[in-house]
Amino acid sequence: MNKTVNQKAWFLVLPVLVLVAFSAVIPLMTVVNYSVQDTFGNNVFFWNGIRWFEEMLADERMWNALGRQLVFSSIILAIEVPLGILVALSMPKRGFWASFCLVVMSLPLLIPWNVVGTIWQIFGRIDIGLLGYTLDAIGIDYNYTQDFYAAWITVVVMDVWHWTSLVALLAYAGLQSIPDAYYQAAKIDQASRWAVFRYIELPKMAGVLMIAILLRFMDSFMIYTEPFVVTGGGPGNATTFLSIDLVKMALGQFDLGPAAAFSIMYFLVILLISWVFYTVMTNLDKRDAKG
Amino acid sequence: MSWMAWTWPTAAFFAVIALLLVTFSILAIRFPETPRRGILRIETTRGDRLFITLLGSAFINLIWLGLGLGPQYWALVVCLVYAAAVFRFV
Repeated sequence: MNKTVNQKAWFLVLPVLVLVAFSAVIPLMTVVNYSVQDTFGNNVFFWNGIRWFEEMLADERMWNALGRQLVFSSIILAIEVPLGILVALSMPKRGFWASFCLVVMSLPLLIPWNVVGTIWQIFGRIDIGLLGYTLDAIGIDYNYTQDFYAAWITVVVMDVWHWTSLVALLAYAGLQSIPDAYYQAAKIDQASRWAVFRYIELPKMAGVLMIAILLRFMDSFMIYTEPFVVTGGGPGNATTFLSIDLVKMALGQFDLGPAAAFSIMYFLVILLISWVFYTVMTNLDKRDAKG
Repeated sequence: MSWMAWTWPTAAFFAVIALLLVTFSILAIRFPETPRRGILRIETTRGDRLFITLLGSAFINLIWLGLGLGPQYWALVVCLVYAAAVFRFV
């Protein structure tokens, strides 16, 4: 039978193309245009060439924010991924409690970012917050507005509280797709719990875990609202992550040129990392399909 | 269009990228290809190699600028060599 080739289906992609053009491509082009010019407002621009890029690349402030950002993303990935897997492994497989756990796990995901920030900001206060008051009462010196470590711990714990469920739910979906026969075979071979995890569960979860890691990396790399609400980037610059720094520069100081150059480099880093993740993911899929 | 603050160099930059995309689309339609595996051990098509070239070129330019290695057009020469290598070996 001859297959008919019909390329007209491509027209169905048009609405998405238009949407992406207006929401991403045109703004990005504008940012590129800003990055080579200087402005004092009134839509009047002066050509500045690649000097903003030069300035930003030599700017310690940007490198420090990037360093903090990478440390933050690494910490939350190192906590959320193993913790999410652990939670998924200990969730019941079927019945009422399985549904109950799923609903409870999804609750933090439904809360908007700024509300999460506000919850933790109040939670951690020494005068009225449950966490802050309790820690203070048992003699632990905790003040996230003044202490570097307290601020970092608060921001990290807040992110873990907000997003571990996502990793857990994805890992749980991966676990649910493993047929019982695998476990029965493992039982016959008298495999240890660790061997079951290492050779059955982990390989079967690899695909969804990659998606979880990608999503968590991207989100944490672009995090803005929660630390902004809780610490405002402080104390000093302790929790000033890339996007907080970027907003300060673009909107606070109205340095559109440097901020645009900064955004483009930020975008390129995200693009590179997403591409690496995407490539690894699709290659894993292909390997699975073959094997 | 004035709010987009266009300049000739940036317009030319985007025109070149648009032209590359159109050229590669036409090439893909005229001369369909099967993905191949190169030194990165991943399957790539011409479009993938173009993406790797463009993204890599952006980083080459930034590294060149950041390390102050000289006039920027030399970075473009390095990019061309890089592009040739990507299309040959990746």
